[in-house]
Amino acid sequence: MAAIGDDLVWMSGNEAIALAAYEAGVKVASGYPGTPSTEILENLSTYEGVYTEWAPNEKVGLEVGLGASFAGVRALVTMKHVGLNVAADPLFTASYTGVRGGLVIIVADDPEMHSSQNEQDSRNYAFAAKLPMLEPSDPSEVGALLKEAFALSEQLDTPVLFRTTTRVAHVKSVVKKGEKIDSPVIPGIEKMPAKFVMLPGNARVRRVAVGERMAKLKELAETADFNRVEPGSGKRGFITSGVSYLYVKEVFPDAKVLKLGMCWPLPEKMIRAFASEVDELIVVEELDPFLELHIKAMGIACHGKDLIPDQGELNPAIVRKSLDPASIAQLFAPVPLPMRPPNMCAGCPHRGIFYNLSRLKVFVSGDIGCYTLGFLPPLSAMDSCVCMGASVGIAHGMAKALGAEAKGKIVSVIGDSTFMHTGLSGLINTVYNGSNSLLIILDNRITAMTGQQDNPASGSNIKGEAANAIDLEALCRAVGVKQVDVVNPHDINGCRKVLEKALERDEASVVIARAPCVLLPEMKKAKHIPFSTRLADCTGCMACIRLGCPAISWNPLTPEEALAKGYKEKQKGFALINEVQCNGCGQCQALCKFDAIVRQEA
Amino acid sequence: MGAQGNILFSGVGGQGILLASEIMAYALLAAGYDVKKSEVHGMAQRGGSVTAQLRYGDKVYSPLIEPGRADIQMAFEMMEAVRYLPYLHKDSTVIVNTQKILPPSVATGKATYPEDVLDHITALGIKVVMVDAFDLAREVGEVRTANVVMVGAISAFLPMASSVYEEIIAARVPKKFKDVNLKAFAAGRKVSQA
Repeated sequence: MAAIGDDLVWMSGNEAIALAAYEAGVKVASGYPGTPSTEILENLSTYEGVYTEWAPNEKVGLEVGLGASFAGVRALVTMKHVGLNVAADPLFTASYTGVRGGLVIIVADDPEMHSSQNEQDSRNYAFAAKLPMLEPSDPSEVGALLKEAFALSEQLDTPVLFRTTTRVAHVKSVVKKGEKIDSPVIPGIEKMPAKFVMLPGNARVRRVAVGERMAKLKELAETADFNRVEPGSGKRGFITSGVSYLYVKEVFPDAKVLKLGMCWPLPEKMIRAFASEVDELIVVEELDPFLELHIKAMGIACHGKDLIPDQGELNPAIVRKSLDPASIAQLFAPVPLPMRPPNMCAGCPHRGIFYNLSRLKVFVSGDIGCYTLGFLPPLSAMDSCVCMGASVGIAHGMAKALGAEAKGKIVSVIGDSTFMHTGLSGLINTVYNGSNSLLIILDNRITAMTGQQDNPASGSNIKGEAANAIDLEALCRAVGVKQVDVVNPHDINGCRKVLEKALERDEASVVIARAPCVLLPEMKKAKHIPFSTRLADCTGCMACIRLGCPAISWNPLTPEEALAKGYKEKQKGFALINEVQCNGCGQCQALCKFDAIVRQEA
Repeated sequence: MGAQGNILFSGVGGQGILLASEIMAYALLAAGYDVKKSEVHGMAQRGGSVTAQLRYGDKVYSPLIEPGRADIQMAFEMMEAVRYLPYLHKDSTVIVNTQKILPPSVATGKATYPEDVLDHITALGIKVVMVDAFDLAREVGEVRTANVVMVGAISAFLPMASSVYEEIIAARVPKKFKDVNLKAFAAGRKVSQA
């Protein structure tokens, strides 16, 4: 192993994609943040000569990429698996239009749902949209494969899907820098209506071209470097791709392996020849039996999901247990411990709103973001969460289903970035079709959960430069919401009054709860004056504890300990603020009826 | 060469585990190993239980450590040292920061923090090195260097010289925090060598 230096770098899969996109001459890149894809565009934005942006959602991101391709430059679009659902509409027709400049769509799947609401297998999109899909196994494979993706895109007039999973995107390994290359396509406006205008007459012609293209790709798959047979010993042969390949190599380093760098379309002749050389063919893949189904459809017998789980991510231990159970060693038993789920940060503005919602008798239709943690105890103030933007439509649907009974009982909550993503059209529907559900926009000035990305409402672009900021109040009024209130979510009692009043209304209304995320760089730098507990005055009522703030802890007392501390014998404990963790939001002080929480004087 | 190993990092989101695991990765790369590291970002980072997995050897395939095969566990919190017990084997070494961070259920009085939680590990005969990283970091003058104290503590169990780590630390922390981080590293290394 040569040392890390000029040519060899230590990188995550996402950083390697950014590097390879730069080297491949990408000129325009767009996408929407989503774990585990976010760091691709963040990194790419630091390279010279590449235009990068955060789009409001993945559909727009893909359309921007397609436009750049039509203009004759190489374009990259990034998203997580559920984002491809949003982008599916342009995807299926971009398959017909094809490209001018190379167009690669990165889709990052999240088997095991480390940070997702489902674990769909995006390989199915390659089949459904009739597009090639390439799949690296680790960061070291990304460079050559992504450049191949751009070359294929231009040679075969097709968008190319490039799939990663969490254990490729967020794995680090040694990566070799490559040559910087340029697309042979000449940028400019070129009118190609037969290809770009997908009216039925044109689309029928393009549909035939799509079929011919996929046939060519199938042929190319037979000889391409990225699909390879690794010779080995034993009667078993493995067909695998992506990170699953590494698990196979880890557990069966000497076995015969057919590694697919392109998981669609498949090299049928190669697979048939490989199958004929082994006694037992085993397909090792995460999530759906994608390769397995298509190999079985070729009439080739194989094992797959009869042995290997189709849920969650794989790892070497699962592969070993599924295929070689005798080699599993006895493990130490796990010890039951209190769980440690993620929590909103100390001083998080969302906490104030969810505290209030937990006290109001309402159904809270939630959405995707840090605030989904409002579901967890002690706040337990979220009753549904489905996908980006769904909160608003679901609340409207419930309100329509229940009629008068729903009045004052249905609330939807959505973050600023998620509202920009796909929440607005839900609000338009609520206004247009008239329901009285209340929408709370949790405006913390940033896309927080994925690690602080700017969005159309934040006032900055991906590079942190000043950008036009959407005025959320004006936007809500423009679509017809008559009552738009802006509140400070840290002001718990003030918020409560505004929310109660809003719930009484007979028409759609919006409350914008505005306070910056405590993880914003400027908030981290700011000097917070923390609160502290005046212990002599704490009665152990637990009012502040019910906020679930990580800076406040409950300290139980026995009757003797209570007396020794000067409390009443029956006092069960006291609350203590950790002043290092406290961000000085003051939500707890508003709840303390005994003046036991005080702001430290500077 | 020929050696290989698996290092499991565990702790609570926000403790600086990623930086510690980066320093370890660069140190192993400098020693000529092939290295892979796996992390999880996103939701888990919000104060939840987090791990990073680092594997090194002549050639590393899987980025994930198999249960029963972690040679060193670097735990940044006591309960998080015990949570991943199935990853350990009897010859593992557990380096643990003796800090308690209360999970929400404990902080809100719904559960209690298990007493003498490390006994679950020592009872199995597994070597445990206790490091009061928070106090040592305070002593060197910056509580936020607790993660580098931990790097110092683990460094004594790997073949690389101190200078390898020191060079990496110097290159990876802001200039004005360089000296305090180097002191933190030395303080941690001393604990393991005692």
